[in-house]
Parts: sequence; C-alpha cells; structure tokens
Amino acid sequence: MSPETILKLSGVTKRFGGVQALTEVDVEIHRGDILGVIGPNGSGKTTLVNCITGFVTPDAGQVSFQGRDITGWQPHKIADLGLTRTFQVMRPYYSLPAYKNLIVPLFSRRARRTGGWRGGGRMGDRNTVAVDILEEIGFERDSYVPYKAASSLPTGYLKRLELARCLALRPDLIICDEVFSGLSMSEMASMLPLMEKLRQEGVTLIMVEHRLRELFSLANRVMVLNFGAKVCEGGSEEVMANEEVKRAYFGSEEVFEYV
Amino acid sequence: MEILIYGIVNSVSLALMALGFTLVYGVSRLPNFAHGSLYVTTGFITWLLLQRLGVPYLVAMLISLVLIGVVGAAMYHFILVRIRGMSISEIIASYAIGLAILEGLRWGGLKGTTHTLPVFANGSVDILGVVVDYHRLLVILLGAILVGLLWVFVNRTRLGLALKGMAQDERAALTLGIDSDRMAVMSMALGGVMAGLAALVLLPLGNIVVEAGYHVLIMAVAVCIVGGLGSWTGAILAAFLIGFAQIFTVAWLGPHFQVVVALLAIILTLISRPSGLFGRQKELEERV
Amino acid sequence: MEAVLESRRKERLDRGIKVRTDGIYAVSSWREIAYLVLPRLLLIGGLLMMPLLLSQAPYWQRVISIVCIYSLLAISFDFLAHFVGLVSLGGALYIGVGAYIAALLNTHFGLPSWITVPLATILGGGLCTLLLWPCLPLRGVYFAIVSLMFPLLVARIIEALDIFGGTDGVLGVDGFSSKWVEMYVLIAVVLLILFGLRRLVNEDLGLVFRGVKDNDQAVKASGIDVITIKALGVFIASAMGCLGGAMLSHLYMWAGLSQFALDFSIIPIAATVVGGGGTLAGPVIGCLILVPISELLRDFGTLRIAVYALILCGFIVFKSEGLMVYGSRKYQQFERWVQI
Repeated sequence: MSPETILKLSGVTKRFGGVQALTEVDVEIHRGDILGVIGPNGSGKTTLVNCITGFVTPDAGQVSFQGRDITGWQPHKIADLGLTRTFQVMRPYYSLPAYKNLIVPLFSRRARRTGGWRGGGRMGDRNTVAVDILEEIGFERDSYVPYKAASSLPTGYLKRLELARCLALRPDLIICDEVFSGLSMSEMASMLPLMEKLRQEGVTLIMVEHRLRELFSLANRVMVLNFGAKVCEGGSEEVMANEEVKRAYFGSEEVFEYV
Repeated sequence: MEILIYGIVNSVSLALMALGFTLVYGVSRLPNFAHGSLYVTTGFITWLLLQRLGVPYLVAMLISLVLIGVVGAAMYHFILVRIRGMSISEIIASYAIGLAILEGLRWGGLKGTTHTLPVFANGSVDILGVVVDYHRLLVILLGAILVGLLWVFVNRTRLGLALKGMAQDERAALTLGIDSDRMAVMSMALGGVMAGLAALVLLPLGNIVVEAGYHVLIMAVAVCIVGGLGSWTGAILAAFLIGFAQIFTVAWLGPHFQVVVALLAIILTLISRPSGLFGRQKELEERV
Repeated sequence: MEAVLESRRKERLDRGIKVRTDGIYAVSSWREIAYLVLPRLLLIGGLLMMPLLLSQAPYWQRVISIVCIYSLLAISFDFLAHFVGLVSLGGALYIGVGAYIAALLNTHFGLPSWITVPLATILGGGLCTLLLWPCLPLRGVYFAIVSLMFPLLVARIIEALDIFGGTDGVLGVDGFSSKWVEMYVLIAVVLLILFGLRRLVNEDLGLVFRGVKDNDQAVKASGIDVITIKALGVFIASAMGCLGGAMLSHLYMWAGLSQFALDFSIIPIAATVVGGGGTLAGPVIGCLILVPISELLRDFGTLRIAVYALILCGFIVFKSEGLMVYGSRKYQQFERWVQI
C-alpha cells in the first residue's frame, strides 16, 4: 500500500523586508508520519509553520493539504479542513478553568461537525467533551486539575492544554511548535507516549523542536532547515550522518555524542 | 495655479499641525490626543499676553511657547507616566485632558470671533494672477524652516540623537544610559512647543476658537495615520497628499467636504494599508 | 525614584459567606441567600423605585430616562472593550444612527414608536456593523482611532450633503404616550440587557468572545473566524446603542446632528471607568453618578464636559479598577495588613 500524501509544500518562499526567511522549501508528508523539523535559531522554522497554517502568506510556492491548494487561505479555514497547530508562546485563557479553555475550539464549525476528539459526528455537552479530551491527554479526571484556573497550572499541563485545544477539532494533522521546550525530563517522558499514541490513532504530526534526542526517538522523518532553506531530509540516522547538517547546524561532530 | 499655491499653503499647515503629534508618538509611542488643546492654549496665552497685558508680540510668543512646553511636560510627568504602556488608557486619558482644557477654555469665555492674533506682515502679492497675502507665504517659509531645524535638531544634537535612539528601540536606548522617562518628558515638551509653533504661525489667519483644537487633532491624526505613525517623512508626504486632496475637493465639491476628506483618508488608509502609505512591515504586524 | 521598602503588605481573604455561596448548592440559610440576592435587588429595586420617588420632580424624571440611555451605551462600551477586545470610542455613532432611523421611520412612514424602536435597533445595529466591518481586523489603538472618527464623519456627511434635514435635523417625531411608559420601558430594557449580557458572557459564545479578546491567534487556529465573531460583538453592542438613540429621538421628538456629538462618546466611557470596567453593572452605576452631575452642571455650559473629563482622567490614572470592583472586593473579602 503506497502511503497517501497529506501535506505537500512546493517552492514555499517568504521574505520579510530584506530578510529571506524561507527559500523554496519542498517537502511531502504522508498520512501517519511524524516529521521532525529542526534547525538553528532563526532558520525559519516558525515562519514555515506560519506559512502552512495561513498566519503568513508565502510570497511564492504552493501548500496543498489533502490534495487541496490552501496557499493564502485564512487560518480558520485551514483549521476547518483539519490542519491545526500549537503555539510556541502559549497564551491560554488564564482566568478560566482549564476545561473551559476548550470551549472555544469546541465551538468551531469543525468541532460541531465532528463532535470533537472521539466525537461520533455529534457534539455533546461541551463541558463534558472538554473534560473527556483533557482526561485523554493526561489531566486526571477525578482530581481537581481540569477545573483549576489555567494560570495555576505548571508548564507541562499548559503544553498539554495547547495540544488538547488542537485535539478538540479532531484534526488530521497537528503542527507542534516546540511542545517539548521548557519541560522537565519527567514531564517530557510522559509526553512521548502521548505523541506516539496520537500517531497510532491516525493523526499526522509535524514537530518543530530543539530537543533532538526526543525528536529523533519519535520522528520517522526529519527535515533540517538552515537560513530558510532545506539542508536535508530523511530518516534519523540519515540526517545524523549527513556532513552538511553537521557543519551547518552543529558546527562540530561532538554534539552527536550527547544526542 | 490657484490650486497649486493654496495647496502648498494648506499642505504646509497640515504638516505643521501634525509634526508635534508624530514627534511624541515616534519617540515615546504615546498618542497624545491632547495635541489640539495645546495648540489652542498657546494661541489663547499669546492673545492674553498681547491684548490684555500689552506684552510685545515677539515676547508674548516666546513666553507662551515656554509655558506650553512646561504644560506638555507636566502632563506627562504627573499624569500620563502612571499609565504608560496601556495604549487605550493613554488615548482616553490624554483625550480627556485635552477635552477638559478645551471645554474649560470655552467656559472661560473663549468663544465668538473676538480672539484674534495679528498677522506677521500685512498686504498681499500677486503671483501669476493669484493674490496671496504675505502671511500665507510666510507660512510656507516658516514651515520649511521649522522642518529643517527639527531635522538638524534630531540628527545633529545630543538630545535629538537620544530621542531618535529611543524612537528606534526603547530598551536598547535604556541600556545605553538614556533615561526613557526623561526623554518622554522631553518629547512631550517638544511636542507641546511644536503644537505651539504651529498655532503661532497658523492662528493669525483665523480666529482662536475651541473648534480649532478638535480640527487640529483630527488633521494631525489623519496625517500621521496616512503617513504611517511615527514616520516623519511619511507625515510630511501625507500632509501634501491630504492638503492637495482637500484643496481639490474644496474647488470641486465645496468647503463642507474638507474634513470629510481627512476622515475618509484615515479610514481608507487603515483599511487598505494599515501600516500607512510609508510605514514599515513591522508596524503592520502591530496593527493587524 | 528611590525604592521604598514596605515592611508590610495587604492580605486579602475571601469572606466565608462568599466561599459558601459560590457554589449554589451550598446556600443553606436566609443569610446566605440574602448575601447573594441583596446587591442585585438593591440595583433592580432602586432603578424601579426611582421614577416614583421623583414623582414630585418631573425634570429629574427626565434625567432618569437619560441615565438609562447612557447606561445602554456604557454597557455596550464595556461589553465591547472588556469582552470582545474592541475599544470603540465612538458611541455617538450608534446613538446618532439609531435616532435618525427611528425619526425617519416615524416621520416618513408614520410608524408608531413601538415599531420604530425595535426596527431602529436591528437596522441600526446592522448598519453600524457594516460601517465598522472593514475596520474589524485592526488592533487596539487603531480601531479606537477609527471608531472615534466615524461619528464625526457621518455628521459631516449629513451636513455637507444636506440630507435628512441637514443641520436642522428631523423634526416632528412622535413622543411617548406617557412619561411613565417612557421611563419604565427604558428601565426594563436596561435591566434585561444588563442581566442578559452578564449571562451571555459566561455562556459558550461569551467564552469565544473573551477568547478573541485574550488571544485571537489561538481562536483562529481553532477554526473560528475572528472577524465574524467580532462583527457579532459589534452588532450586539451597536444595536444596544441604536436602541438608546431611537428612544432618545422619541424622547426629544427630534433627531439631529448633536446626537453624533461628543457627549455620547465620552460620558459612557467615563461611566465605565468610574463604575468599573469588565463588570457590566459598573457602567450603570457610573451613569447613575455621572449623568446627574452633568445635569446639575448644565447651567455652567461646557464646564460639565470639562468636569467629567477630569473625573474620567482622575479615575483612569488613580483608581482604574472603578467603584464596582472596589465595592465587590470590600463586600467579598477581608483585608488586613500583614508584617513581612
């Protein structure tokens, strides 16, 4: 069975004033993949995410999702198709209880159509659905955690909340913009199986990361960006062995001892 | 020909009205909605000194410029500094101060057509068949001189360069030992003086009335938004754009539409090019 | 500035009765029910009693109607600013549009006030939303500036084109059948809208509104069109303002350019700041204080504008939380100084 292409970028280019943020990026992602995107700071990772999800319109090139050209679409329309993202800088609705944060995505057309994560095509009571999603993503249902104000939650839970916001749409593809950054080792250890589980349930993931060890253990393909251009793409070992990547990204080979 | 000359006069007037506003916004990111009231107050103080106390015209002008600078600085130092950074509060508070000053003046007797300042030079001259009075020509000249002086001040003096530094990056300026609060006070004082200068140059052409305050505020905002907030060259270009557009509408549609042009310019600019015609990309991200 | 080290700080604790009455199931005594109901009853009862109390002073009865109209505007300002995140400084636009629509419907088509007012509310809300639609993507300050310009623009256009009676306005609008109808309709409308909106902002739709205010990016990524939501918010708010304007034109039996005037933009904002933003009830309290002050100062001409501009400025700088927030804090919490 040949894998189905879910997202395809061809020649995506973006300039900000005099800065070339992205130069002709081509990439293809199959359903059920976990694609890792790595690159030094300022290499255009977040711009790439913005271009795919419609927060920034690329100057040239094409983005197509599930066979549909979505270049230049507005973010909410793209999300409505089932392509959603987390944000690097999380700004949950701090004054509200955690589960109330999910009311917004559950209010969207897509959520009403699909019923939310695990919804059978019908939206039940939004509060219940919200707590169900939170439970699935690691908020202990019978504890008070889902009902606590978002402002009092530790980073680990906030990252999960951000992911839960995506799941509420019952998405086909989630782009995770640095979900691992700022997490403690144990928090991360509990996130990894979660991502793996999502993949098994058929959600395609693009993970933009700085934490290489975790990323390489999860992703089946990795793309390296540097100065807005794709340096290489392939399996973890292939990327780690690539001389150009080592030079451009790590400067020396020693880093891999750590990885 | 008439359109050309009056267009230039009108454009320079607009630029004069807007420079103080754009200076304050450019340096301290403070939309000073009390700008128009500073304008009218300067005229009123000069009138008081000149007509009531018999102070010579030039001295009266100097005193009122100093006073208005102090008023601007005090406004920042005692009130606006407390709400710095909350842009909506800044707008509301400065607008409220301006409103209080203007309506207070109106209550205090500033109404009717009795308050006028003498023109600098009487008489008029015939330029290619168009009669222009000397004062209007002086407006063009003084306007050009003021813009030139301001440019020299900003690019050649220590204080000016400090202000420019703050305008570009407040945090970086802080690390270089520029006291941002003091600079903001300076910018407000300077903005007040600019408003005052505009008033002294322009008010002799008409009456000192409270409505002028609102008019100047609208025009300053219009010019700054069309030109891109905080951008000086943008402001001057926008002043010419709006200035000529107004003269054309007056010639073809009638004087009622003069303000409509400015208001439409604001709305159309914000809708089509939120960063202003000459603004930069970065500002666009702030606005939309 | 020198740093002053405080050796004490203020500690705030919720009162026991507040904690007990937070969950409705815990209410078990008359005392607790009273604790919950009394403040609301005070406002409702107070507003309803007011016309009766002032029955000897017809001039002040008219002031009650004016207070209600300003309250509508102030609630709409508060709703837009604190729950949708759009600061609209041009409340006069809504009043003017509502007033003109009601007046024109009444004088040209002879429709009675009980039809013109609801029609003006809906049509006016729609018209204002359409006018503001292109400005909806703008952020904070920029939206504020444009909204401030709109009432001026519309007034100038009416003046310049000399339509709708030009500077004279629309004359000969029917009044209400009796002042009691006028007052009680307004009071009922204010109370209904106040408690209706307070409920709405905690419903799911209200949470979406607040989401747009706090973090519109996340709302976009959640598949919701921010512009549509903002437009809905503007429609709700401007319809309220138009309702006030329509009532006003029947009250004064006239609609004119002065209904686009500054008063209608500034007093609601001042009332919201004084009363406490983000509470919805605060603006009503602010209007109850400010509008009578403004009426008392009417003899002094424009001084009243200067006075409430100063009050507004004082509150925004020195007491930005407003009376309602201050009051409910005192009502619900203990405060004491604690040594560090």
